[in-house]
Amino acid sequence: MSRSGTTGPRLVAIFLMGGALLNYPILFLFARPGELAGIPLLYAYVFAVWILLIGLMAAVIERPRG
Amino acid sequence: MLQEWVIVAASFAYLGVLFAIAYYGDRRAAAGRSIIANPYIYALSLAVYCTTWTFYGSVGRAASSGVGFLPVYLGPTLMVPLWWYVMRKILRISKAYRITSIADFVASRYGKSQVLGGLVTVIAVLGVIPYISLQLKAISGSFTILRHYPEVVMPGKALAQPFLQDSALYIAMMLAAFTILFGTRHLDATERHEGLVAAIAFESVVKLLAFLVVGAFVTFGVYRGFGDVFRLAERTPDLRALLTVPSTSGSYVTWAFLTLLSMLSIMFLPRQFQITVVENVDEDHLGKAIWLFPLYLLLINVFVLPVAIGGLSLLAGAGVDADTFVLTLPIAQQKEALTLFAFIGGLSAGTGMVIVETIALSTMVCNDLVMPVLLRMKSLRLNAWPDVSGLLLSIRRLAIGAILLLGYAYFRIAGDAYALVAIGLISFAAVAQFAPAILGGIYWRGGTRSGAIAGLSAGFVVWGYTLLLPSFAKSGWLPSRFLTDGLFGLALLRPQELFGLTGMDEIPHSLFWSMLANIGLYVGVSVASRPGVAETSQAALFVDVFERTHAFDRSRFWRGSASVQDLLPLTGRFLGPERAREAFLAYARRRGCSSLDTLPADADLVHFAETQLAGAIGGASARVLVASVVQEEPVGIDEVMDILDEASQVRAYSRELEQKSRELETATAELRAANAQLQELDRMKDEFMSSVTHELRTPLTSIRAFSEILREDPRTNLADRARFLAIIVKETERLTRLINQLLDMAKIESGSAEWHTSELDVQEAIQDSVDATSQLFRDSGVELTVSLEAAPRVRADRDRLVQVIMNLLSNAVKFCPRGGRVEVRLAPAPDGVRVDVQDSGPGISPADHEIIFEKFRQVSDTLTGKPRGTGLGLPISRRIVEHFGGRLWVESEPGHGATFSFVLPLDAGARAAGESPAHAVARKGVGR
Repeated sequence: MSRSGTTGPRLVAIFLMGGALLNYPILFLFARPGELAGIPLLYAYVFAVWILLIGLMAAVIERPRG
Repeated sequence: MLQEWVIVAASFAYLGVLFAIAYYGDRRAAAGRSIIANPYIYALSLAVYCTTWTFYGSVGRAASSGVGFLPVYLGPTLMVPLWWYVMRKILRISKAYRITSIADFVASRYGKSQVLGGLVTVIAVLGVIPYISLQLKAISGSFTILRHYPEVVMPGKALAQPFLQDSALYIAMMLAAFTILFGTRHLDATERHEGLVAAIAFESVVKLLAFLVVGAFVTFGVYRGFGDVFRLAERTPDLRALLTVPSTSGSYVTWAFLTLLSMLSIMFLPRQFQITVVENVDEDHLGKAIWLFPLYLLLINVFVLPVAIGGLSLLAGAGVDADTFVLTLPIAQQKEALTLFAFIGGLSAGTGMVIVETIALSTMVCNDLVMPVLLRMKSLRLNAWPDVSGLLLSIRRLAIGAILLLGYAYFRIAGDAYALVAIGLISFAAVAQFAPAILGGIYWRGGTRSGAIAGLSAGFVVWGYTLLLPSFAKSGWLPSRFLTDGLFGLALLRPQELFGLTGMDEIPHSLFWSMLANIGLYVGVSVASRPGVAETSQAALFVDVFERTHAFDRSRFWRGSASVQDLLPLTGRFLGPERAREAFLAYARRRGCSSLDTLPADADLVHFAETQLAGAIGGASARVLVASVVQEEPVGIDEVMDILDEASQVRAYSRELEQKSRELETATAELRAANAQLQELDRMKDEFMSSVTHELRTPLTSIRAFSEILREDPRTNLADRARFLAIIVKETERLTRLINQLLDMAKIESGSAEWHTSELDVQEAIQDSVDATSQLFRDSGVELTVSLEAAPRVRADRDRLVQVIMNLLSNAVKFCPRGGRVEVRLAPAPDGVRVDVQDSGPGISPADHEIIFEKFRQVSDTLTGKPRGTGLGLPISRRIVEHFGGRLWVESEPGHGATFSFVLPLDAGARAAGESPAHAVARKGVGR
């Protein structure tokens, strides 16, 4: 794990962002009727954030070294 | 029609494949060509998190609570990025000290305490065995449902089969055989089981594929895509509620608590610890797993809600349990192959969990419950046994059998009872109790054994009272008054509204109280109690694992005398004599000894032997055993503290040393730069000397030439004589001017020039300069315009300032063609006054803008190719202006004239006056 020292802080930042986006009160903003491309708003939101988190983690981990 | 033999054959075929993979994995591992040594297998094996409780249960929970199934998977997604720090530390500690189970971890951290190891084991066993029962129940239930294909019949209605026809019994026996075969093949000092992990990774693939295929079938085969399913839910009043968070106040609290709970479970469930830590091949695999594992969780959840909605609208009327939709939907659609695949998926989810969980529990039961007791039984005379490794393996195998038997028994007893159905989260809440002791243990040196015991016990008791006992009451095994009236009829003691806390769901309620008690007592008792020697040293080793893995650090906490003759047989008794001998020989080679006899019997050897033993029987028992064969001198607590202090001091010193060496490097670099600069100056001085001599020789040559003409040819006519004499006088003047300027320059540069600073009006200085040079302008036919704005007075040397302005003016005249124009302007600048001298001459190319300020570097006249002037005027002017804290520069484009400008700051005089004398002395000193 000889990656540069920025990986850890970036992952912590992803955790903090995920924790904020997937909880009250931001979650509450999307817990209302409505839909996005045929998917209920709340589900679309949660899965979008989920995908975003995974994508960010992958980007942080897999970015070329050096 | 699915024949029963088809189902049985398919199940056996699947288990057969599992055996084959595990066998192949073990073979490859033995040959040194591991198939699991890559991050993808590691990430897949982590998915043992998804059991039948996910495979069947997610749909069930989605059918009842909508979004409520998600936090269990969002929690791990949020937790894994923190693994970069937390799990890496746990991994490093576990590898350094051969830790093989979560109980071993806690016991080792708190001074290798057998009590703690036992306590953690008891909690894990009580919390997790019902979870194993749940898997058996799910597998058995799915088998029963499948047997009635193409009818949809609930297992509850098919009712309990006679004992010997119960598929769950055979499945439990198969799993026991598999686990014993691949989990206890031999005693491995690292407790790693490569074949088994390969099989688990395969199971993860199967269950994911099965769920995706069923989900895709329901979503795209039964309905026309996600939009169609969700429109159906939107139209049906009963289903609409699933699409949003219930509007009750507690639902967000539940959401947050479930997220937190699953964040802890993903680390501290025994099976997760086994896979993540014990079976880990390479610390680097953690990186990829950090994003691959959440991706797996995402994929296995994509179709949960569509399947739930589909099941509810198609099957709910028929009294079908939502937990079986994954299986019953394909049955209802008459899809034989799909049904069978779904069943295999469920089977893989269940077996994977049971296998890993059983291994993890059996290691704990053997090392932290049974062995400590056996070692204490003096009548057993375990010390005299030549080889205990066989006994150890037998205990493990018995433990595996017993755990599965208990799991099966509980399933038979509990059946459809609430206590079993709800065990998933209850189990999570039990293992969450390990969190304070472990997380506190790796980051806080102050956590003590008493604190950990108090916290764990309290958390466990509160968990039992607020979750486990109520689940018994709901199953009818305890009077329901216990729930409604509380213990002893005390309303305050109602287990699910403890101390009157209402409005919380049972899991958040229990998690809150148990964590409050757990963390509160852990911290409180830790700070109140004095840790012992072993605890203090272990705490330091765990908390500072990244700094303290050096053998020197580890062995300093031990003092005494030991001998290879004692330690080798002891290790051999537990690892097998051959393997122990090999391990000792390898160790001797590492330390540069040729044979065991020359091996120094020091603290490091004792530590090595103890670590080897710890891998086999756990840290706590290993400590007891080693202590029984070596003579130990007690190390006092003060001494341990001293060692710790000393170690931190040494680290501080080494940091200081590094700092110093960095400073030294900087100083060296500065010196080198200074040296280079000196050499450059030296070179410049030589250049300067040669230009000076050159400049001096030119007028001298001309003076001498004309003087000789005059001397040698007396017949020269008067007019010529006058002309030659005029040239001689002019050249002499030039020589004088040159020498004066040289002296001036030298004075300014050495700092010995005299400055008569006073407050003055720049306007006046300019006017004087203009008056003095007016004749020059008239002679050259150049027009001079002067525009002077009112400007503040500045402090400067008047004569010097006039010198600068005159120099600029005479330069301007020199380069202006006849009929050209020169303009002098004075204006206030933001921080002082600004003077511009603009001419309409040929201009200066940008490349020469700086060169003209260098000594003797005048730019050749574009017209005549000859230099005009001495080449010192501008350098002197610039130095004078800089002396007053201002700056002098030129702006010009070839063909458009040039503007020389300088700015004098308002406080210039103050600076110059204050600085001047001291500075001059300093420079003189350097010069000598």
